[in-house]
Formats: sequence, C-alpha cells, structure tokens
Amino acid sequence: MQPLSNIESLLYFSPELLLVIFAVAVILVDLGVKNRESATVAYLSLVGVGCVFVAVLLTHGQLGDKTSISLFLGMVRLDTFSTFFKILLLLATAATILFSLRSEELDARLKGEYYALLLAITLGMFLMASSTNLLMIFISLETVSLTSYILAGFLTHSPRSSEAAFKYITYGAVASGTMLFGLSLLFGMTGTGDLGQISTRLTELLATGEVSPLAVLIAIIFILAGVGYKIASVPFHMWSPDVYEGAPIPITAFLSVASKSAGFALFIRFFYSGFSSSEVMQSVDWTLMLAVISALTMTVGNLAALPQQNVKRLLAYSSIAHGGYLLMGGVLLTSEGIGAILFYLVVYLFMNLGAFYVVVLIANEEGSEMIDGYRGLASRAPLVAGAMAIFLFSLTGIPPFAGFFGKWLLFAAVLEQGYYWLAFVGLLNSVISLYYYARIVKAMYLEDSEEETTRSSFSTGTFALLSVFVIPTILIGFLNIFYTLSQISVSVIPMQ
Amino acid sequence: MLLSLMIFIPLLGMVVVLLLPRESEELVKRVTLFFTLVPLALAVALFISYDRSAAGTQYVVNIPWISAFNIQYHIGIDGLSVTLLLLTALLGPICVIASWRNIEKGIKAYMALFLLLETGMLGFFAALDLFLFYVFFELTLLPMYFLIGVWGGPRREYAAIKFFLYTLFGSVLMLVAMIAVYLNSGAPGARTFDIPTLITLASTQGHALNSLNFQIWVFLGFFIGFAVKVPIFPFHTWLPDAHVEAPTAISVILAGILLKMGTYGLVRINMAMFPQGMDFFCNGTGTWGNSLALLGFINIVYGSFCALAQTDFKKLVAYSSIGHMGFVILGLAARNTEGITGAILQMFNHGVISGMLFLLVGVLYDRAHHREINGFGGLGAKMPVYTGITTLAFMASLGLPGLSGFVGEALSLLGAYDKFKMLTILSTIGIVVGAAYFLWTLQRVFLGTLNPKYEALPEINGREILTLAPLGILTIVLGVWPNFAIDMFRESVTNLINVLQAI
Repeated sequence: MQPLSNIESLLYFSPELLLVIFAVAVILVDLGVKNRESATVAYLSLVGVGCVFVAVLLTHGQLGDKTSISLFLGMVRLDTFSTFFKILLLLATAATILFSLRSEELDARLKGEYYALLLAITLGMFLMASSTNLLMIFISLETVSLTSYILAGFLTHSPRSSEAAFKYITYGAVASGTMLFGLSLLFGMTGTGDLGQISTRLTELLATGEVSPLAVLIAIIFILAGVGYKIASVPFHMWSPDVYEGAPIPITAFLSVASKSAGFALFIRFFYSGFSSSEVMQSVDWTLMLAVISALTMTVGNLAALPQQNVKRLLAYSSIAHGGYLLMGGVLLTSEGIGAILFYLVVYLFMNLGAFYVVVLIANEEGSEMIDGYRGLASRAPLVAGAMAIFLFSLTGIPPFAGFFGKWLLFAAVLEQGYYWLAFVGLLNSVISLYYYARIVKAMYLEDSEEETTRSSFSTGTFALLSVFVIPTILIGFLNIFYTLSQISVSVIPMQ
Repeated sequence: MLLSLMIFIPLLGMVVVLLLPRESEELVKRVTLFFTLVPLALAVALFISYDRSAAGTQYVVNIPWISAFNIQYHIGIDGLSVTLLLLTALLGPICVIASWRNIEKGIKAYMALFLLLETGMLGFFAALDLFLFYVFFELTLLPMYFLIGVWGGPRREYAAIKFFLYTLFGSVLMLVAMIAVYLNSGAPGARTFDIPTLITLASTQGHALNSLNFQIWVFLGFFIGFAVKVPIFPFHTWLPDAHVEAPTAISVILAGILLKMGTYGLVRINMAMFPQGMDFFCNGTGTWGNSLALLGFINIVYGSFCALAQTDFKKLVAYSSIGHMGFVILGLAARNTEGITGAILQMFNHGVISGMLFLLVGVLYDRAHHREINGFGGLGAKMPVYTGITTLAFMASLGLPGLSGFVGEALSLLGAYDKFKMLTILSTIGIVVGAAYFLWTLQRVFLGTLNPKYEALPEINGREILTLAPLGILTIVLGVWPNFAIDMFRESVTNLINVLQAI
C-alpha cells in the first residue's frame, strides 16, 4: 500500500498532535497559576494523557481491516505493534504523573516545565515505537534522550541529580554519535532510509556479494550501541545506576520502564523488519553476539545489585538485569521470542512501577531510600509491605505472580531455538536475583524497626493506586488475553 | 468438583482470615481450624469413595486455562495421590492445633500463610498438568519462606533464605526440563503439558520424547529439582537448618509433606514419564546404573550417622528424616512391586512418624525452652504419658515390627535386595544406627536421675495429646494392617510397573 501524503497523514496522527497541544497548554496554564503548591498542571497533563489514550484507540480503529498504514511518505507506521506500545507508554506516563504528584522531593516552582517535558518525552517514545525510516528513528531517539537529560537533572538542589544528568548526557552523546555513524553506513550501502527497502536491498547486495557481511555486521554493532544505551545493556549500561540513583524517583521509574520499552520497540522494529530475512541472518551471524550481550547484561546487573544498600540503586541494577532477560527474547528474532518480549514488558511495567511507587512512599515517610528504612515495614504498614513483597517476588519470577509467566515465555522462546546455555544463565540469574530482592523482604518482614513502631497512615488514594499495580501483577499470567495481544502485535510487523 | 473444592477451600480460608480483625486472635485460630477441617473431611470422603480396583485417575477435572499454550487446569487422583492428599489434609488441622498457644506474634498472618501453604500442597498432589504442577510446587515456597523467616528461631533469617535459594535453584532446573518436554511434545500448536498425554507420548516408539538421550537429560533436570526437596545427598544441607529454626508446626509440615513432594515428583514425573532415563540410572549396569540406589544408600547411612552425632533433639530428628527418605529412594530405584509399594508406604509412614517426632520435640521445647539432649534426664518419672508416646514414636521410627515404620522399610529393602544386593546389605547399617540413636536418646532424656531444674515440668496436656493421638493410632494401625494403605495404591503401582517394563 502506498504511504499517505503529509496532509492525509495528519488525520492518523492525532495522538501525537494532542501530546504537543497539551505540552504547550501545560506551560501556558502554568504561567497563570498563582499558587505554586497547586497541582493544576499535573491534573491537566493527566487529562492530556487520557485524551491521548482515547485518540490512540480511535486512530487504531481507523485502521479498519488493514494491518498497517504508512504515514508521512513512509516515515512512520501505524499498526497494532505501535498501538500496543503507545498504550504501554501512556500507562507509564500516567503512573509517573501520579507518582510525581505524591512525591515530596520535586521543586514546586518548576512544575510546568516538568509536566510539559514528560509529555514531550512521551511524544518522542511514541515515534520511537512507530518510526520506519532511519532518519525518523534517529530524531525520535534524540528527542527522548535530550528530554530525559533534563528530567534526570531536575532536582536542582541536589548535586547527585546534576551529576546524573551530566553523566547521562556524556554517555548519551557518545552512544547516539556512534549510532548515527552506523545508520550512515547502512544508508551508504543500501541507498535508502526505509527499513523495508533496506531489508530487500541488503538481501540482494549480500547475494551478489556487492556488500561484505562484515560491513553489515559493523553497521549493526554501531547501531546496537545506540539501542543498547537506551535499554541499558552491557557494555552501554554504565550510566544507568548513577542516573537512576540521582534522578527524582518518579523519573527513575519512568526511565526504567518507559525508556526501556521504547528502546525495545525500536530494537524490535529495526532488527525484526530490517535484518530478520533468512539471507541476512545466514550471512551476518550476529545472534551469538546478541546472546552474549544478553547473558552479560543480566549477570552484570544481578551481581552488581547484590551488595547495594540503596533501594533505588538496587532497582536500577535489577532493571539492567531485566533488560538482559528481555534481550533473550530478541536473540533469534523469532515471532515467539518477540511476543515474549512484549508480554514481559507489560508485566514489567506493572511490577516495576509498583516497586518504585513503594520507594516513593517510603522516601516520603522516612526521607531515605536505604534498605534500613524498610525495617519493620510489615508491622508499620502491612498492606504496603505486602504489595512490595508481591512486586519483588514477581520481579524474581516466582509463581503465581505475573513475572513468572513472563519469564517462562522468554525461556521457552530461547530453549525453542536450542540456546540451552543462555536459558541456564538466565535461570541461574533468577536464583541470584532472589537473594537481593529477598533482602528487602527480609528487612520488611523479618527485622524489627529500631524505633517504637507506630502505624503509618497512608491515604485511600495511595492504596487505590497501589492496587492498580498489585492486581495486574497477580492476574496477568492467568488471563489469556495478554498472550493473545502480544502475539497479534508481533504478527503485524512486516517480515521479508 | 470435590477435589477442586478441597484444594481451594484453604485459599478461601486465607481470604477470610485476612479480613478478620487482627485483635480477635481466638476467632482467627478457630476459623483457620475450620478451613483445615473441611479439606480433611473431603479427603476422608475421597479416601472412602475412591475405587480401589480401578486403574487410572479418578475425579478428573479438565478445563482449558491458558489456551495459547495448551495449559489446562487438569487435576485428578490415583492411589498414590489420594494417600498423600489424606496425609496433607490430616496434618493441616493437627498443625493448626499445635500452633494454638506457641505462636506469639502475628497469628493472623501466620494462619493465612499456613492456609496458602495447604492449598499449594493439596494442589500439587492433585495436578495432572505439568505447568499447574510446577505452579503449585512453587506456591509452597513463599509461605514456607515467611513461616520459617518470621516465626522461626534465632537463626531464622539464614535458614529461611537458604531454604528458599536451594529450592529455587532446584526448581529452575526443573523448569528448563519442563519447557524442553513441552517443546518436544509435538509440532507448534500441538504441544501439551498434560501429564497423562506426555506419559503416553514418551512411550511411543519414534517420538522425540522417547529418545534415551533426551530422557536422560530431562530426567536429570527434574531429578535435581526433586532431590533438593527430598532432600537427597548432597542437596540436603538446607534441611537441618530449616528444621531447627522452624516453629514446631512448620517442621511437621516440612518433614511430613514437603519432603514427600520431592519423592512424589520422582514417582509421578521421573519414573512414569521417563522410564528409559530411570532405567539408565537404575539398571545396575554401566557407570551410572547404580547411581540412584547409591544415593539412597548414602542418604540412609549418612543421615543416620549424622543423627547419631547430634546433641540437639530437633536436629537429630531432622537428620533421621534424611536417613528415612533414603529408604524411599532405594525402594524406587528397585523398580519392582515390593520396592515401589514399600517406598510409597514409607512416604506415608514417614509423614506420620516424623510429624509425631517433631510435635514431641515441640512439646518438650515449650516446657524447657531448650532442646539439648544431654540437658535432660529422668523425665520418665516426671512425664510418664509423654514418655510413653515418645517411646511409641521412637520405636515406630526405628522400625520395630508391629509398627508402621517397619513395613515400609522392610518392603523397600526387600525390593532393593532383588536388584542391588551389596548396597541393600550395607544400607541395613542405617537401621542399626537408627536404633542406636533413638535408644540412646531415650536413655539420655527419659532414664537416669531427674535434673532438679525440671522438678516442676508439667505433663503433656490435652491439646498436645489431641495432636499426637491420630498419628499414634495410625502408626499402630498401619503396623498391623498395612493393606489399609497398600490397597489404595496397588493398582497405581501395577500401572507404574507396566510403564517401566514397557521400555
């Protein structure tokens, strides 16, 4: 089907347009708000997220019986895959706004910018999930990166936060520069920026021997630097513990879930539709490289998490490890593996955001992010402790929680392709991860707080929001619909 | 329906208990007791109405669950599972009563977790879908971790995490093997987790599951998972720690049921589904042909000698468990009617006897607040009833003819002698040592002069006798009338022998 022209495309672009409108509106409204403590802009951006959500569903409805529509002369594609990620990202954004509302560490004076940036970064991630052109891919990636640098450094009074932003920007600049170089190599070889055409051209060129497989491999490695940086895979992960520790907690939560999801969306779209044809796979052997990266990522993440005392930093390393698990599904670019990634991302969204929400609550209450602050939480706030335990055990991958079902799918996909060693590494990593997740559980349940225990009081809203994360973490694995959804979303990506 | 009801009533009980106000402790205990008595009543009903002459599974429920992967909610019982379900359901209320007085903090959470644990155990013994089986298997982990970790003794944190890590390590290997079986069970779309179907496929000539090489590897994966649970040497080191730190009732569950989950899995999965893999490790020839029997032998002798060296009463019982589970392994390795019947009987008997032993240790600990065997002496005169019951349990455990322990061990050895003469003869050392440590303990604790510190030690009370009486009666009944239990699983054993001989 022919790509739509720029004007025609606007009709299908309403979610993105709405995001821009609300981002601007947030800034304008903020100018008029006198009371700095008021949460008007936060609620306005929540309304914005709600409107965008409706728009996403409506635009998806416009697809009708077509599987996909190519927009803006082939720059962006609207299909179930992009809708899947858009919904995921909107959930993460909504959660982040709610966390920010409850977090006490953010500077009240900068509210307008904060929420506007949050909406802008969502826009960038939307594009990451739907770009089908090299140029668009790079622009969307940069939009997200630049915005996250600012958000990471948003605690202007905290040197740690500034340090985080600085590290983030240094690593980010190197990574995106490297990626850009890889993209230009690819463009030079094939003469086109369109992912579909790249795949066709590469197949031809490799068959005739006009392009050496080594050149393609080098381009892939350079591009992986950019993608790997977004999903924090080894060896491009160094930024993430410092950034996660320094950034405001809601932003850390957002980066660890949304940024990773968008990174995987890009990874899947790029490699699955650009490089998964059997000719390319045969001549350029890069699956082993991905498998090693995946194994290293989870091992480094888990081992580094073991000695952490700061829960936020611990969750940062755990998030690196989860990037490794997710990568397992992408190693062989099979539809089962990709489906497993999508399913796991849904599960991960709920359990990881939930864990971060508890971190926000405890940071507000104790003023500390250290494990010691969690001592005796079970007697101070049994429901919060129970929820945290569920999130942590789900992250470990213990049944009956959703994390187990997600891991099960990933391992099955890996074993299906005969990568037994990778599955073993992954499973041993799960056992290792139990140790540090259980340390938090131990602090909450097995140790008593030193001070007299008074029952903490949390509002009903807190519990309501908490249950929004707890219930899916328990139920997703038992419901058929999520398996089906992730399968459908994979099936629409065009393979050559 | 009856079966599902039995499995999920404790789960419902957990929800009810969680909704009760935390101040009303008495109510929490009563409600919990009620929700464990219902499964017991249902288990007795199943036990009575179970058709002993029919082969195959009964009370089958089979509902699609996660259709994308052909995962079913498939449960049913055969002679083996109904026996262990009865044991589980029996120990449930006993443990609730045993926890009545000596759980000081957070009784509500304790009871809720206990009920969750019971659902996990009951579901495990009834599951006929591999995925469901695994989920129930793992479901017992979390409550156990908290029950040991929160309500345990001084080193509870260490013991709880050690238990958790060991078991998780075993079960992830099991998970790999499970996925491998699933992936090899057919073409994409036709794959299955259904245990009866998989057993049929694995015995079909030419099927991927039928290959010897494949069976050996998946056998190992499942075996390690179950071996940690049994526990089989060298995966046993978590057990003494967990037992010593766990509260009395939890020790009873641990020894009575959780260890049986390991051996039950060996029978249900390793033997029935991978008969060729089993043959490779038990046929008595080649490098590996004696390995399973050898492990059984090591468990028996090593466990018994370790028990002999203990001065902590509870640790002694814990090591004696390792020794007694060795007879189960030895009996299973024999792969004949006597061996398997003996092994299954031994599972049930050990559950009853070790339950008694841990309860008895608990009774003494509640009074004296220590468990040092050498710190007692002459209690026989002070607590005659307690001494009598303890002697009964000791005699049953050391294998005195006329009590239940003897029958299972004798049958296991009888079966094993047929296949592994030398190992079986050597294993009897374990029985001698077993007699030695129990009699020696009897002497040190109950005979001799009374330690003046314990002049005022009160006699065992009615509540404690209530927990011990059913178990005591069972040891006597099964000692003189073992067919009471054997009749239940005779057909299942025949089935299993057929599968094993078909290779």
